[in-house]
Amino acid sequence: MSLSMSVLLAIIVSLAAYFVAPRYVLGLVDGDRRKLASLPKQFGLSAALTVLLPALAVAGVGSVIGMFGIGLPYVVIAVAMLALLYSIVQSRPDFIARNRAERLIGFVLIAASGVAILTTIGIVFSMLFEASNFFRDYHWSDFFFSTEWSPNFRGNSALGIIPLLWGTLYISFIALVFAVPIGLFAAIYLSEYASPRMRSVAKPAIEILAGIPTIVYGLFALITVGPFLRDYFASPMGLGDSASSVMTAGLVMGVMLIPFVSSLSDDIINAVPQAMRDGSFGLGATKSETIRQVVIPAALPGIVGAVLLAASRAIGETMIVVLGAGAAARLSLNPFEAMTTVTVKIVSQLTGDTDFASPETLVAFALGLTLFFITLSLNVIALVIVRKYREQYE
Amino acid sequence: MSDAPKSLLAVDVRTKKRNAAEARFKAYGLGAIIVAVLALAILITSVFGTGLSAFRQTFITIEVPLPEAKLDKSGVRDLSVMKKVTTIGYKPLLRNGLLAAIDEAGITTDLSKKDIAKLISKEAPATVRNFVLANPDAIGGSMVFDLLANGRIDGFFKDRVTMESAALDDNTSPEALKLARDLKEAGIIQTKLNWGFLFAPDASDQRPEAAGLGVAILGSLYMMIVVLVLALPIGVAASVYLEEFAPRNRLTDIIEVNISNLAAVPSIVYGILGLAIFINFMEFNQSSPLVGGLVLALMTLPTIIISTRASLKSVPPSIRDAALGIGASKMQSVFHHVLPLAAPGILTGTIIGLAQALGETAPLLLIGMVAFVREYPAAYTPDAGLFGEASTALPVQIFNWTQRADPGFVERASGAIIVLLVFLLVMNTIAIILRRKFERRW
Repeated sequence: MSLSMSVLLAIIVSLAAYFVAPRYVLGLVDGDRRKLASLPKQFGLSAALTVLLPALAVAGVGSVIGMFGIGLPYVVIAVAMLALLYSIVQSRPDFIARNRAERLIGFVLIAASGVAILTTIGIVFSMLFEASNFFRDYHWSDFFFSTEWSPNFRGNSALGIIPLLWGTLYISFIALVFAVPIGLFAAIYLSEYASPRMRSVAKPAIEILAGIPTIVYGLFALITVGPFLRDYFASPMGLGDSASSVMTAGLVMGVMLIPFVSSLSDDIINAVPQAMRDGSFGLGATKSETIRQVVIPAALPGIVGAVLLAASRAIGETMIVVLGAGAAARLSLNPFEAMTTVTVKIVSQLTGDTDFASPETLVAFALGLTLFFITLSLNVIALVIVRKYREQYE
Repeated sequence: MSDAPKSLLAVDVRTKKRNAAEARFKAYGLGAIIVAVLALAILITSVFGTGLSAFRQTFITIEVPLPEAKLDKSGVRDLSVMKKVTTIGYKPLLRNGLLAAIDEAGITTDLSKKDIAKLISKEAPATVRNFVLANPDAIGGSMVFDLLANGRIDGFFKDRVTMESAALDDNTSPEALKLARDLKEAGIIQTKLNWGFLFAPDASDQRPEAAGLGVAILGSLYMMIVVLVLALPIGVAASVYLEEFAPRNRLTDIIEVNISNLAAVPSIVYGILGLAIFINFMEFNQSSPLVGGLVLALMTLPTIIISTRASLKSVPPSIRDAALGIGASKMQSVFHHVLPLAAPGILTGTIIGLAQALGETAPLLLIGMVAFVREYPAAYTPDAGLFGEASTALPVQIFNWTQRADPGFVERASGAIIVLLVFLLVMNTIAIILRRKFERRW
């Protein structure tokens, strides 16, 4: 018997309990429901949950930690049957079934919120575990400080993260240089200048950009932006002849970040109290002077937070750089050259034939861990700044 | 001199400068919006420009003889015997059919018979073979087929292949294109709506003309079912707890910070999680929609929780108080009154989360969904379990096609993006309509 079969059986038993328990308890009082401490259907609910929850818990925990071996399905069914017996015995007229049912539902709700924590623990531990295997074979200082990346599946690879980090930061920098001014000015225009009609058209148009999957941006970089930059900028200027380049990936990523920056800044600019603007107007400042000298300084911490969040997005972005940036690990200043990023290398080391004993595969987990901590710290700093700023004006 | 009386209406130099700065500033803002909207427009036109042609395909309509001597020598129509004739055995039949059609139309060409046969897609013999195996009675007669044309011929009618590029190409020649043009005039070659693009499975590197999205769409559908079944109940339960029941303490604080951080974790990290936990540790099948769905569900969970909490928060406390006042328990007040009132908002957030999950690519690459899959995955098999059969997904299929050498796949990838964008558009429209229709201001 398979585990899913036994879980299905447990569900059927629990459904049976849902219908049987009310009948049974009504039978005890000769159908006079006034003598019951709870509504009949609460008895059903309580019995059903009493059966289902322990069975599911045993099935879940047992399958994860490998308890009971192949006997697990039978244990699950046994638990369900025992619980059924227990819930029937318990169904006395003076039993307050509602409280029992609600306490059980409460457990379910708490368990559901626990999934978020479990996910984080899962992320951190899965990467820590494999990364520690990697650092057993490969010295950590070579990983963090070596400037050479040349994996070699025959062994003896150079796996330095510096060139990958350089590519990641260079591309993110170009993306931010492009996205932050445009996003910020778009947000200023939309919140301070635009007529309601213009706002109702332009704002959704910019938000459409946010809903487009990154694979679409990746293809856009690959078939349109890359060849365009190569033919009209890189080749004529003698800077290289590669369609995939830091510039390609950076520009396209910049487009992706525009809505992100603009909607965050829009919220922040709108949070600046109108009284501050009115005060500035009263002193004779023009609208742009008010924005530059009053609104922006007041909103600055929030805007910095938004930029940090955008940076964390850019650093963690995968598909655009996989399709637009290239695969060569290189330390160079030329933006028209192909470079690669941490995320690209995670993908390339973990797809295809992988051998989870070799450092060339395991390095992906160390890369992932590094990426996770960089983005996590950026997010935390940004959230702290944004939250602090918000409290100031509320 | 400077004391000379000035009219208030005359604009002095400083004011002029300030006004100019004002106008400049406003122009920057407008410029930024124009750049953003322009980027959107270029993106859309670029994708639609290269992708729309994937929905039309060039077919060669010929009558193919189905001689019994070649297809079923024994004459007993036994399927297991007939299966021994492979697609290679069908190839000459197609060639003869095409040659006959060319003769009949009175077209002359310098091409060798072998090169003429190259006009037909390498996928076509399989089409005919499948038909024969499904209808053994057709053997002995002949049958009119709409067969796929070779990718280069298809590209020629879509302006992707030109006479000049064909001269440099090993797979086709200017003469072949000329013949194709004559055949088109004779009505033997036609360009028709390409249902195969939506329903056929992927095809190998050599035959972009036959590649379709069938398996990918099915795989994406399976994953969306898994995401919906897992993420919606868990997300709603978690939000109900955090919003309605959780005591304000350290633990709930940690959970809340945790959820907002999870929403900003790079998607590829979820892929690593899926690979390490679901595939390496729990040993689920690689490239199965189940693992893909689990990973995407974890990724979507924060989105659903955040939007569900917002809509729970917007239900006024008077509703809860009224329910409590007539003897409902806290749990009853939430499940009988608050949750139904918050449902439209929850639904909207769920659809938006699903749309995000549908377009997500990076984590799926890591759990092996890049594999080349030609069989439609079954939802359940006793061997692989629920959603356990290898599959691919829409965005991964797009990525896959961008990695292929044949230029015909660029058109396919762009076409697939149009399909993906249409799905997203439909989902988002439903979300907007729901919000408009049911949104209540208290």
